[in-house]
Amino acid sequence: MIEIGGTRVPMREQSVEERIKNFRSVPYGYNKEEVMKEAQRCIQCNGAPCETDCPINMKILEMIREIAYGNFKKAFLIVKEDNSIPGITGRVCPQENQCEGVCPVSKRGNGINIGKLEAFVADWARENGVKEEIHIKERPERVAVIGSGPAGISCSVDLRKFGYQVTLFEALHKAGGVLQYGIPAFRLPTEIVDYEISYLSEIGVDVKLNFFVGQNIKFSELRRDFDAIFIGTGAGAPLFMSIEGENLKRVYSANEFLIRVNLMKAHKFLEYDTPIVWGDTVGVIGAGNVAMDAARCALRLGAKKVYILYRRTKKEAPAREEEIQHALEEGIILEELVAPKRVLGNKDGWVTSVELFKMRLSEADESGRPRPVKIDGSEFILKLDTLVEALGTKPNRLFLHKAPELNVTSWGLIKVDKNLMTNIEGVYAGGDGIRGNATVILALGDGRRAAKSIHERLSKGKKKGVKKD
Amino acid sequence: MRHTIVRKEALNTENYLIEVMAPNLAERFQPGQFVIIRIHEQGERIPLTVAGVNPKKRTITLIFQVVGKTTMELGTLNAGDALINCVGPLGNPTEVKKFGRVICVGGGTGIACIFPIVKALANAGNEVISIIGARTESLLILENEIEAVSTETYIATDDGSKGHHGFVSEVLRDLIKKYKKPGEIDRVVVIGPPQMMKAAAEVTSPYTIKTIASLNTIMIDGTGMCGGCRVFIDGEMKLACIDGPEFNAHKVNFDDVISRLAMFKEKEVLAVKHFQKSIKKKAGRQ
Ligand SMILES: Cc1cc2nc3c(=O)[nH]c(=O)nc-3n(C[C@H](O)[C@H](O)[C@H](O)COP(=O)(O)OP(=O)(O)OC[C@H]3O[C@@H](n4cnc5c(N)ncnc54)[C@H](O)[C@@H]3O)c2cc1C
Ligand SMILES: Cc1cc2nc3c(=O)[nH]c(=O)nc-3n(C[C@H](O)[C@H](O)[C@H](O)COP(=O)(O)OP(=O)(O)OC[C@H]3O[C@@H](n4cnc5c(N)ncnc54)[C@H](O)[C@@H]3O)c2cc1C
Ligand code: SF4
Ligand code: SF4
Ligand code: FES
Repeated sequence: MIEIGGTRVPMREQSVEERIKNFRSVPYGYNKEEVMKEAQRCIQCNGAPCETDCPINMKILEMIREIAYGNFKKAFLIVKEDNSIPGITGRVCPQENQCEGVCPVSKRGNGINIGKLEAFVADWARENGVKEEIHIKERPERVAVIGSGPAGISCSVDLRKFGYQVTLFEALHKAGGVLQYGIPAFRLPTEIVDYEISYLSEIGVDVKLNFFVGQNIKFSELRRDFDAIFIGTGAGAPLFMSIEGENLKRVYSANEFLIRVNLMKAHKFLEYDTPIVWGDTVGVIGAGNVAMDAARCALRLGAKKVYILYRRTKKEAPAREEEIQHALEEGIILEELVAPKRVLGNKDGWVTSVELFKMRLSEADESGRPRPVKIDGSEFILKLDTLVEALGTKPNRLFLHKAPELNVTSWGLIKVDKNLMTNIEGVYAGGDGIRGNATVILALGDGRRAAKSIHERLSKGKKKGVKKD
Repeated sequence: MRHTIVRKEALNTENYLIEVMAPNLAERFQPGQFVIIRIHEQGERIPLTVAGVNPKKRTITLIFQVVGKTTMELGTLNAGDALINCVGPLGNPTEVKKFGRVICVGGGTGIACIFPIVKALANAGNEVISIIGARTESLLILENEIEAVSTETYIATDDGSKGHHGFVSEVLRDLIKKYKKPGEIDRVVVIGPPQMMKAAAEVTSPYTIKTIASLNTIMIDGTGMCGGCRVFIDGEMKLACIDGPEFNAHKVNFDDVISRLAMFKEKEVLAVKHFQKSIKKKAGRQ
C-alpha cells in the first residue's frame, strides 16, 4: 500500500492507572483542532473504498471534507442522512474490518480514523443542540416495532420520517438493547445512548417499556392492531457450555454479569440496590467483544487478576482491535489455546477453579479460522473466584415459542426474504434476530432497509397490511 | 408507567399486602404467574407472585415477606405511593384442569402464592385439600380465604402454636398415608421456602404422585436473557423465569436452588444496614 498522509492524530486517552478505577470513556475524543487535522489527512480518493466497505455506505468522503473545513454542522447532516446513531457506531463499529480497513492513506491501522471523526460530529451536534430538521407528513398507518436495539431504533426513526404512527415495544425498563445493557459505559457512555433514545420520543415514536411481546402482550394482538410489524428482538439468550459445575455460585453468563453492571449499576452498589459479587481472580471464557467487556468490567469492579480464556489465539480473536488492545494495556491476561473441561467448587457451592484443556490449532474450519483441537492429557487447573461465560447468545426462545407461525432456522434465527419480510406478509425482521451475533451497524442497516420495505408496501398501490390469521 | 398503590395492609410483623394499579396485568393474569417490580430509579428488579386480581378496579394484589433491602423498602411505601415498574404477567400459568383430588401446600409467604392456584383448582372441579404452615400462629396468612375455597384445610406451625406442631411436609406425609391406595391423590402443588418444597417432594416421591413446585430463584430480567435464574431439572439446565416457575418437584435439584439463593447474601446484609441507617438519618432530620 502507498505510504502517504502521515500518521494518525493520536487519540488522547485516560491513563491505565486512572481508567481501571472508573467507568468513564477511555478515549477523550478529538477536539476541534485535532479532528480537522485528522480529516485533512484524507486524500478524498477516487471511488472512496471506505464507503464501499461501510455496511450502510455512509457518505464518508463528504463528511470528512466538511470536517476538514470545520463545517461540523454540515458534516453532521450528511452523516444523519444514512446513520441515525453516529455517536454510537463511531465508537463501536469494527472499523478496522470495514471503512478504515480499506483506506489507502496509510498502512493498516493507520488509515483515516473515520470512527472517531464520526463520533466527533455526533458529540458536537449533541453538545451544541444541533439537530436535523425533519418535516413529518403524517400518515395514518400504524407500525409496531418489537425490541429497541439498534435495529429497532433505526427502523422506528425511518418509519417516523416516512410519517407512520410507530409504537416501539421493549421488554426491559430501559430502551437501547445491547447498547443499554451490554456495552459498558467506558466504551459507550450512557448519556450518548440516552440521548439517542430520547430522540425517539421527540420525533413522536410511542415507546412502550416493560412490554415483552408474546408474554404480556400477544403477537397476535399486534398482528390485529397494526398495519406492519418489525421484529428487532436481537439474540439475547445466553449460551452455556453445559459442563459440570455451571451451577456453582459466582459462575455467571456474560449477559448476567454485564446486565448487573450496565443496566442495574451494580458497580455503584448501595447507591443502587442490585448487587454483584466477584473475587480477586476472574476468568472470562471467550474472546469476542462481550468477553473483553466482561473482563474490563471485572477489573473496574476491583478484581486483581483477570484472565481471558480463549481456545484460539489473539490473531483469531473476534473482538474489535481497539478493545483487545485496551484490555491488554489494562493488564488483562490473555490465555490462548485453552478450553474449559469442568468447573470446580468447594463444599459451600462456590467456584474455586476451572479445569482447562490445552488446545492446538488445526486446519481452517468453515469460518476460515483455524480449528482448535484438544490436546489429550493436557488438562490443568486454574484457580479463580469468578467465572464468566461469554460464549455468544441465541435468539430468545420465549418469543419464538409464543409466535410459532414465524419460520425460523434450526438456530432459531428468523427467516426473511431479500426485503427482510418474514413468511408472514407485512411482518419484517432484522438485526441479531436474523443474523445471530452480528454488529450494531448491520442491525442498524437492517432496520433502515426494513423501514423502506414497509414504506413500499404500505404506500404503493392498494394498501396491504399484516396478513391476519 | 407508574403503578400506584391503592391499598396497603400489614398482615403481620413480616408480611405486607399491597394492591397496585396495573390494568394490563389485571386483565391477563393467570394463577401461577408473577411480576417483576422496581420501586425507584436506583431499585433492584424483584419477582413477586400475583396473589390476586381485581379486573374491575384494574388492580393486582401482591403479598410479600420482608427479607432484605427491597422488600423492607417496599414495606415503607403507603397507599398513594407508586412502583416505577411492574412488568408481567411473567412465567407460565399453573396447569389447571380437573385432576380429582389435589393437595396444595403453602409455607410462609408461599401461602399467598398458592392461594390463586387453590381457587382455580377448586373452580375447575377438584377436591382441594390445603396444608398451610408458618413458623408461628401470628405469621399465618390468608387462613380464612384458603379455608373458604378448600374442601379441607390443615395447619402446621414450627412452634406448635396452632395446628400440627412441626412442618407442613409432616402433615402431607400423614395425609398421604391416610389415602394409601395409589390414585387417591392425583396431584400435589407446593410453594414455599425451597427447604420446605424439597421436604414435600421427598414425601411424595415414593408414591409417584405428580408434584409441582414453584421455584423462587434470584431473577433480573424475567425474560430469559440473563441466565441467573437457571435451575437443574433432571440434570438439564432450565430457566425458572421462562421455563417455570413451576417444575416437576421430583426432578428439581433443590440443593442447587438453595445454594444459589445465597450467592449475594453478604451484599444483601450490607444493603439492609445501609438502608436502616438512612432511615434513621431521615427520621433524625424530621
Ligand atoms: C457486550 C456486547 C458487546 C458488543 N460490542 C459490540 C461492538 O463493539 N460493536 C458492534 O458492532 N457490535 C457489538 N455487539 C453486538 C451488537 O450489540 C449487536 O449485534 C446489536 O446490538 C444487535 O442489535 P439488535 O437491534 O438486533 O438487537 P439488541 O441490541 O439485542 O436489542 C434487542 C432488544 O429487544 C428486546 N426484546 C427481545 N425480545 C423482545 C420481545 N419479545 N418484546 C419486546 N422486546 C424484546 C430486548 O430486551 C432488547 O432490548 C456487542 C454485543 C454485546 C452483547
Ligand atoms: C417467581 C417468584 C415469585 C416470588 N413471589 C414472592 C411473593 O409473592 N412474595 C414474596 O415475599 N416473595 C416472593 N418471591 C421472593 C422474592 O422475590 C424475594 O424475597 C425478594 O427478591 C427479596 O428481595 P430483597 O431485596 O428484599 O432481599 P434480598 O436482600 O435480595 O434477599 C434477602 C434474603 O432472601 C433470600 N432471597 C433473595 N432472593 C430471593 C428469592 N428470589 N426468593 C427467595 N429468597 C430470596 C436470599 O437468600 C437472602 O438471604 C418470589 C420469587 C420468585 C422467583
Ligand atoms: S458506520 Fe461504521 S463502518 Fe460506516 S463509516 Fe461509520 S464507523 Fe465506519
Ligand atoms: S478511503 Fe480513506 S482516503 Fe479515501 S476517501 Fe475514504 S477516508 Fe479518505
Ligand atoms: S431472570 Fe434472567 S434469565 Fe431468568
